Formats: sequence, structure tokens, C-alpha cells
Amino acid sequence: MNFWERMYLPAIVRGLGITIKYFFQPKATYKYPEVQRPYSKNFRGQHSLKRDEEGRERCTACGLCALSCPAEAITMISAERQKGEENLYREEKYAAVYEINMLRCIFCGLCEEACPKEAIFLDGSHVPPEQLRKDFIYGKDKLVEPRFDYKKEQKTIA
Amino acid sequence: MESALLLEKTILVVVVFAITLFIAMYSTLVERKVAGFMQARFGPDRAGPFGLLQPLADGGKFFFKEEIIPAGAHKALFIAGPTIAMFTACISSAVIPWGQELTIGEKVFTLQVADINVGVLYIFGVVALGVYGIMIGGWASNNKYALMGAVRAASQSISYEIGMGLSLIALLMITGTLSLKEIVAQQEGFVNWNIWVQPLGFLIFLVCAFAECNRVPFDLAECETELIGGYNVEYSSMKLAFYMFAEYINMFVSSSLMAALYFGGYNFPFMYDLGLSQNWITIIGVLVFFAKILAFIFFFMWIRWTVPRFRYDQLMRLGWKILIPLAVANIVLTGIATIVKDTYF
Repeated sequence: MNFWERMYLPAIVRGLGITIKYFFQPKATYKYPEVQRPYSKNFRGQHSLKRDEEGRERCTACGLCALSCPAEAITMISAERQKGEENLYREEKYAAVYEINMLRCIFCGLCEEACPKEAIFLDGSHVPPEQLRKDFIYGKDKLVEPRFDYKKEQKTIA
Repeated sequence: MESALLLEKTILVVVVFAITLFIAMYSTLVERKVAGFMQARFGPDRAGPFGLLQPLADGGKFFFKEEIIPAGAHKALFIAGPTIAMFTACISSAVIPWGQELTIGEKVFTLQVADINVGVLYIFGVVALGVYGIMIGGWASNNKYALMGAVRAASQSISYEIGMGLSLIALLMITGTLSLKEIVAQQEGFVNWNIWVQPLGFLIFLVCAFAECNRVPFDLAECETELIGGYNVEYSSMKLAFYMFAEYINMFVSSSLMAALYFGGYNFPFMYDLGLSQNWITIIGVLVFFAKILAFIFFFMWIRWTVPRFRYDQLMRLGWKILIPLAVANIVLTGIATIVKDTYF
């Protein structure tokens, strides 16, 4: 180091310039509850089990999603569709129980790719925190998307 | 007359004390805000608008924390440590002239608690006492880290007081008085500020003030990375808050001292050319003085978030081998300049 460098002061002045530059620069922080950071387009969040245009569950409980799952987070119990349930389930076989353990899930999206019925998509937001581990096992009550009456909706739009 | 003076001074003391505590309180918020802004963050902004209630929340939290006195600690000294630190920090603002005279009716009020003719020496004495708070607290904790911090604080403060004193001697050679009131009164207007004749002295004083306040880059007494907090590791609750408050009050007092000694105190440019009455000059002067103090406090924080901590041997080398010789050279130069000026001009 030469004399000028050993003085420290020029370096300190330069450092002060850098910090004051940041002082006036726009901040990187999102003020979270008020402003939410947008998800990227290909973000994979919480799963949802889809319904078709008539509001029937698309899932046929084939088990391909559970098979493809590398974390073994998905379990299901299938059941046969009874007479009179045609407006509830699209296929003749459906998932009576469909559970995803959100603590095991790695959000890889392989279930989404494996599904032949386009019944599962990872299009939700983050999985919210819970107090107990058992509350992270999501059943159909949390996974199936809410029933949406298309005919009624079309009437109100028209 | 006597009781009127007593009342006047009591009111002034209470006001100064309240302002000191208020500024120290909000320094904690400003410090975090400045830190945030310099790191592209916002800092605390949840408690009240812009986080303005954050100091109250912090204070409330400190009050409700559990008081812990370690089993091996010397109880009396453990309690005395933060008390001394806070006490010495608070009394040092007594000799600082906050403004000129204020005339209300027939009565003239001086905005200085005590105009003692050795004001600078008084401040030096009190600041030197301040290290006892840290030393006693660190020793009484019965903790090796606290002791290390205390030892560091003591040797650092001894080393830098010399440089500080020597840098001030050059200033006193010019002013010819130790009374802070007269030193400030001499720096009327703008061109008479001492910074123009003592730039080197100011620089040395500034560096030493950072060291005396235990501020970054000289915060070796409480460096988190080496000593996990230093002299105050064992402290909790309001005793810890007292140490922190003492640090911020020290910062405030050194800022006001630098503003008074080198930057003209309450003097501001064209103060007598604007055709203002004396009272208005005083009021504006007080505001100007506080603006200067706040600017220095901001500078303290600005430095904190810019310069990394010195290593201990670097600290000692800077103090003994650079600042003290520089300060002596500054005295010699000032002496020569004074003689040359007196002889030839």
C-alpha cells in the first residue's frame, strides 16, 4: 500500500458514497401483508382437484399420481360411483378418500404431469402454516376446488 | 433572586434532560431506519406510522423482561455498572451552551445549565468517568467475555483520550479559553467557525469521539462476533437498556460537543444581517444547533453501516502511532501559525 492508500480516508469516503447512494435508492422490500410479491408464471403451489364444466370431480382414482410421486405424499381409496351420483363424479370410479401430506410433498409437479384426466394441478398459493403435523395432511375437503354452478353463473352473466 | 435562579436552572435541566432522553430514544429507531435504508430495506415500520412508536414498544419490552443477576456476579457492582454509565452520560450535557440569551420581559435567561470556566475539562473528566460504568459492569458480571470487553473498553478509552485531549489543546491555543460558552461565542457567523482553522484537529477529535463512544468502527468493547456482546452479555431488562441508552446519550453529547467546538454551535451564517430581534436569533440558533447535532448523529450511523470494525492491534496502532503524533504535529503547526500571524499581520 502506498501512503495515500494507508491513509484510509479516501477509501472511507468512497465507502460513505456507496452507502449514501443506497440510502436514496428504491428499496427491495415488499411490505408483505399490504403488498404481495407476485408468483412467477410457472409457480407450483398447493394442489387443487379440478371439476369439469358440469361441476363433477374429474379424478377417477387411477393412482398414477400416487405412483409418480417421488415423495410418496399421495394416498387414495377408490370407490364405485352409485346410481344417482352422476352429477358428482364424471367417471365410474372415483376417489372416496384423497390425501396429500403437505410436509412430504416437494412440489415437483410430477402428479400434474402423470394425471390422464387433468384432475390435479399445483395452481394454488403457499401452503399455510399449521400448529400440528396432522393438520398438514390435506383431505378432499381442502383439495377439491369449490363447486361452481356453471349454468347458474351463465344466467347471471347474461 | 436565588430561588428564581434555582427555578430557572431546574426548568432548564429538566428540559435538557427530557430532550436528551427523547433524542436517545429516537436514535435507536433512526439507527435501525438508517441501517435499513442503507441496505435497501425499510427498517422497522410496523409500530405506528413509519414505525414511530417502535422506541415505546422496545422500552415496554425492556421493562417486562426478567431481571437476571448471575449467581457468581458481584451484586452491588453489577447494579452500579449501568447506573454509572447512565449517570455520567447524562451529566455531561450540563456545560453545553444550547443557545444565546432569551429575554422575556425584563428577565434574561441563559440557555446553558452551568457556565463553568473549565467547561472543556469538565466534559473530559465526565467522559473519562463513563468508562467506569462499562468496566465495573463487565468485571462484576463474572464472565470472561464481559471481562474481555471491559478490559478492551478501558484500554481503548485511555488510548484515545490522549489523542482527543491533544487535538483539543491546539483548539484551545486559538480560542484562549476553556469555557464552552466563550468558545462558541467566538465563532460568530460562518467564517469564524473553528473547523476552518483546525481541520486536522477536528478529524482527530472526530476519530477519538467515535472511539470514546464505543461506536463502530471502534466498538471492540461490545463486538458481537468476537465477544458475543462484550461487557453487557450478562445484562438483561432495563439494565441492558441503560447501557444502550448511555451509548446513545454519549453519541448525542459528543455530537453536540463537536458542533459546539468546531462547527460554531448555535451560530449560523448572516445571523446579524437579517435584521432579526435577539430572541429570534436565539430561537433560530437553538434550532440550528440541534440541526448540526442531528447531522452528526446521522454521520455516526452512516459510518457505522459503512466501515467494518478494526482489529485490536490496528486500533492501538491507530491511536498511539498515528493519532497522537498527528495531534502533536497539529499543536506545533498551530503554534507556528499563531506566532507568524501575531508577528507579521
